[in-house]
Amino acid sequence: MKKETWKELTIGTINLDAGNSVKNLTGTWRSGHKPEFIEEHCIQCFFCWLYCPHFAILVEDEEVKGINYDYCTGCGICAEECPSKEKAIVMVKEEAKLAGGGTE
Amino acid sequence: MSVLKTLNGNQTIAEAVRQVDPDVVAAYPITPSTAIVETIAKFKADGLISGEFVCPESEHSAMSVCIGAASAGGRVMTATASQGLALMWEMLYIAAGLRLPIVAGIANRALSAPINIHGDHSDTMGARDTGWIQIYSENCQEAYDNFIQAFRIAEHLDVRTPVLVGLDGFIISHSMEVVQVEDDNLVKEFIGEYQAVYPLLDTSRKFTVGPIDFTDYYFEHKRNQMEGIENAPGVIQQVGKEFGEKFGRFYGFFEEYRMEDAETCIVVMSSAAGTCKDAIDEMRSEGKKIGLLKPRIFRPFPDKQIAEALKGMKAVAVLDRCACPGAFGAPLFTEIRNALYDYEQRPKVVNYVFGLGGRDIMVEHFKEVAEKLDKIAKTGKVEEVYGYLNLRE
Repeated sequence: MKKETWKELTIGTINLDAGNSVKNLTGTWRSGHKPEFIEEHCIQCFFCWLYCPHFAILVEDEEVKGINYDYCTGCGICAEECPSKEKAIVMVKEEAKLAGGGTE
Repeated sequence: MSVLKTLNGNQTIAEAVRQVDPDVVAAYPITPSTAIVETIAKFKADGLISGEFVCPESEHSAMSVCIGAASAGGRVMTATASQGLALMWEMLYIAAGLRLPIVAGIANRALSAPINIHGDHSDTMGARDTGWIQIYSENCQEAYDNFIQAFRIAEHLDVRTPVLVGLDGFIISHSMEVVQVEDDNLVKEFIGEYQAVYPLLDTSRKFTVGPIDFTDYYFEHKRNQMEGIENAPGVIQQVGKEFGEKFGRFYGFFEEYRMEDAETCIVVMSSAAGTCKDAIDEMRSEGKKIGLLKPRIFRPFPDKQIAEALKGMKAVAVLDRCACPGAFGAPLFTEIRNALYDYEQRPKVVNYVFGLGGRDIMVEHFKEVAEKLDKIAKTGKVEEVYGYLNLRE
């Protein structure tokens, strides 16, 4: 993506492309752990959805269906907060990704 | 109708605010600027202004309210001094970075410690790199005139940068003077309708104000910001000229006083320049070829214009009402000496710090400086580049 020169930017840091943070795929620099969703353990309490700092919990038809790995940074908060007797989200190891992947 | 009123500096700012009638005034009282806020509150209670008056819990919040209100699309002002301006510090950068044309009246006061309520320039000089335009006033009339012009300068579409107007704490803020207060309608006409750029209250457009930048955009946005203050000189000159045409008092980057055939010169800002004029008159009557240069605009610094005015002098003394611990000279001095550096022929320039915490500066002190300048002019030698005036040694 071509980046603007300083002369091309809008005054006062105004961003006319509101909502463009969706282009910032935060999952590209995941920590080295990723959450795995175990549907049969899920009690549909939505705690993971509520706590996820990156809106990376997939919801379809008002039910938690899994993880959106494009944005999941592997922080582990969802797994920590899951109150189900048998955890519906568990962290598993994966190869750590390099930071700065972004949208380029 | 234009009328003469007996007002102190704070009241002149409040009068200007009444006439401009901004959409939002958000301010927290602090000596010596309290009376600005107090008078505006009274105007609001008496129904003389229609804008919102917000009294938040601190100066940090006051500037935050100003930023919010200006982002929403309002014409906004505040007033503060000293520790209050210091508490606004992080928000001052944000106001400038978001290019919000907020106007602030600052009753210049010393910073703690030791605690002191009197006038010096430590507060605004501490804010010199925040990105705000800085205008300094010699007396109540200038404070009034500068404050009105500040809106025009800040709001100019090529500038869109916040402006602060300094008036020396107590010396100006609390001294009564006869001030020409211009006609309400003429002031409103001079200021004109406010035109917001990307106001948040405009829901027809989708945009974000104040998003995060990483290493790939911050630098470009900061360079983009500088364009505003770099466009200011032409606007400042134009506004000063138009103000003169309308009200009879013309303004530029600085005032030259008896500089026509001067060989030495004293550079000093704000109220001390008034005393300096008396000293210059006395010395001129004794045959001394000395003049005064009184900077009005400190940011953006009018480097070329000041250098041109000073380049022919034999010796120049720059007087700063602010110390700059650990630096090679105080702020005004470093700017001026730097501005003269590229000239083949340039004067010797020395620096005196004076008036910290409201310490008086009298005619005799300017004469003391003049004698030192004479000696430098005669011998071409500088014994001390940096010194203090009226300090017990």
